Amino acid sequence: MLLEIKDIHVHYGKIAAIKGISASVDQGEIVTLIGANGAGKTTTLKTISGLRSLSRGSIHFDGRDISGMQGHKRVRVGIGQAPEGRGVFPGMTVEENLLMGAYARKDDPSKELAEAYELFPRLAERRRQAGGTMSGGEQQMLAIGRALMAKPKVLLLDEPSMGLAPMLVQQIFTIIQEINRRGTTVLLVEQNAQQALQIAHRAYVLETGRVVKSAPAAELLDDPQVRAAYLGGDLGDAAGAPAEDAPPEDAG
Amino acid sequence: MNLTKNGNGNDGPGGLRAARDRLSLDPLRNAWSTAPGPVRWAVYLLLVIGGLLLPNQAIGEFMAPSGSDWPSMLSNQIAIYVLLALGLNVVVGMAGLLDLGYVAFYAVGGYTMAIFATKYGWSFWESLFLAIAFAGLSGLILGAPTLRLRGDYLAIVTLGFGEIVKRTANNSSYVNGPRGVQGIPHPPTLSEFEIFGVQPLKYGLLDSRPYYYLLLLFIIIAIIFVKRLERSRVGRAWASIREDEDAAELMGVPTFKFKLAAFAIGAAIGGSGGVVFASQQTSINPQNFEFLVSALILAGVVLGGSGNIPGVMLGAAVLAWLPERFRGLSDYRMLIFGAALVLMMIFRPEGLWPSRQRKAELAEGTGGMGSMGAEVAGPGQTVTAEEGK
Repeated sequence: MLLEIKDIHVHYGKIAAIKGISASVDQGEIVTLIGANGAGKTTTLKTISGLRSLSRGSIHFDGRDISGMQGHKRVRVGIGQAPEGRGVFPGMTVEENLLMGAYARKDDPSKELAEAYELFPRLAERRRQAGGTMSGGEQQMLAIGRALMAKPKVLLLDEPSMGLAPMLVQQIFTIIQEINRRGTTVLLVEQNAQQALQIAHRAYVLETGRVVKSAPAAELLDDPQVRAAYLGGDLGDAAGAPAEDAPPEDAG
Repeated sequence: MNLTKNGNGNDGPGGLRAARDRLSLDPLRNAWSTAPGPVRWAVYLLLVIGGLLLPNQAIGEFMAPSGSDWPSMLSNQIAIYVLLALGLNVVVGMAGLLDLGYVAFYAVGGYTMAIFATKYGWSFWESLFLAIAFAGLSGLILGAPTLRLRGDYLAIVTLGFGEIVKRTANNSSYVNGPRGVQGIPHPPTLSEFEIFGVQPLKYGLLDSRPYYYLLLLFIIIAIIFVKRLERSRVGRAWASIREDEDAAELMGVPTFKFKLAAFAIGAAIGGSGGVVFASQQTSINPQNFEFLVSALILAGVVLGGSGNIPGVMLGAAVLAWLPERFRGLSDYRMLIFGAALVLMMIFRPEGLWPSRQRKAELAEGTGGMGSMGAEVAGPGQTVTAEEGK
């Protein structure tokens, strides 16, 4: 197991956001966490990357217990995250953003920089543009590219399709598969369950801070309960791209 | 975080906008960023010479016509404020931490000088180093428990700290409570040599100019120090914290450590200002360290262009000078001064002389003082929250 979380509990003040989630991610997999708003998906990711602290349970990564490790140190052991809402540094240029991704590394990042530009040619075109002035899709690409700069063993993605036009969503998911093919393990949090289940190997369904189901992704795609709850039920199978009403200014 | 450009609040009607674009400093910035080394050094040299000539009577006649002493206005007000603004800029402008109690570090510097010089007979220079160390240490002591807070919450705690220091001095008989400490020695005279009718290294009661030159030296050292930090890994870490603290942590930046460093460095610079102030005035009391000083320095930083060194110096100098210059208007001057600040924030919210990076951050509506810690979902986020269901 590359990443294993065991019975974690996380609180915001007195409110329990996560009530005992256990999950694991194997080397080379794409694993997705799906669920509605408030299910605890984002909190789970934040806890893995160290932005939130545990009140109970443990996180093991690469054979080490990292439960008490500070967030910035987890980057060094190999956990990379593209945060929810992208978290691009708005005043820095695209290139400066990418180089920030390599902040924790002491060696020369030019190889990863070239790789990021190869993966996202759009970013290469906009090298000198300020991160904050880019469209939503470009910012998402930048956030993913930046996370890859640290050469993570596992890449945590928090709703990469959020607010993007359907075509861009497709593109982002294709790139995620490509990143995985190149050897990076991916833990993906998504509300766009249809898309996520199509590219993932395994999936966990979260509901109000608990895992209610875990199975290979293909099985969940056919699961009637999951279909009813997250995939638009049996009303129509064309529910593939539920992001049709994304605001136009967020398009590519 | 806003996904869409959130510039509505900043854009005035078309005509005003055009007027503002004409005031843009971009051509100047471009010229400067492509200027060759020797040109830059020549400009630096001219600026230093300009700084040295500033106390000149001819300049004074315009700057301080109403009979007030221009050199003492320069050293007591303007140069001190510029130095403090440089220090506060490290905290507010570079690391993006809102500090409303900056005067506390100024007070720690001043009182350290006062105590060690009067009670233990330390010389000015010995006390100076000790005061800088103490101020830095007090920055760490304030920062360690409070830097886990963000935005508005941090601002409230620092506001409290400023008051605590002042009240402590006010109620402590060791430093004579509200009467303060008297008889603080001037710095020892280093040399009697005279140039253009000034003895720049002879520190006495009558001539303010030597203190101004001393502050000028401090300012130059502070600029070099801060500028070097800004271009280093430390500066990049601060910029990332200011723009998005969570993302910075995810990049492997030890955010807490760097915030603490910003507090300590800012405090140390503030402390050095306090030392010069104390030794020039020869007496200090708690009333010298009112909240108003914190507020004015912060206003100088924001007015000038938070994060940009020439900008904050300009802002602080203008802010220190304006009320003195228009003393003739007596009580109305504060009213006019306040109105001027309000107008500035409407028409040029990024400050008189902002850095390009800072401008981009403000346009995005995030980053340090841009959002002041209130993280409200942008329009893009509410839309997506609905569509995944």
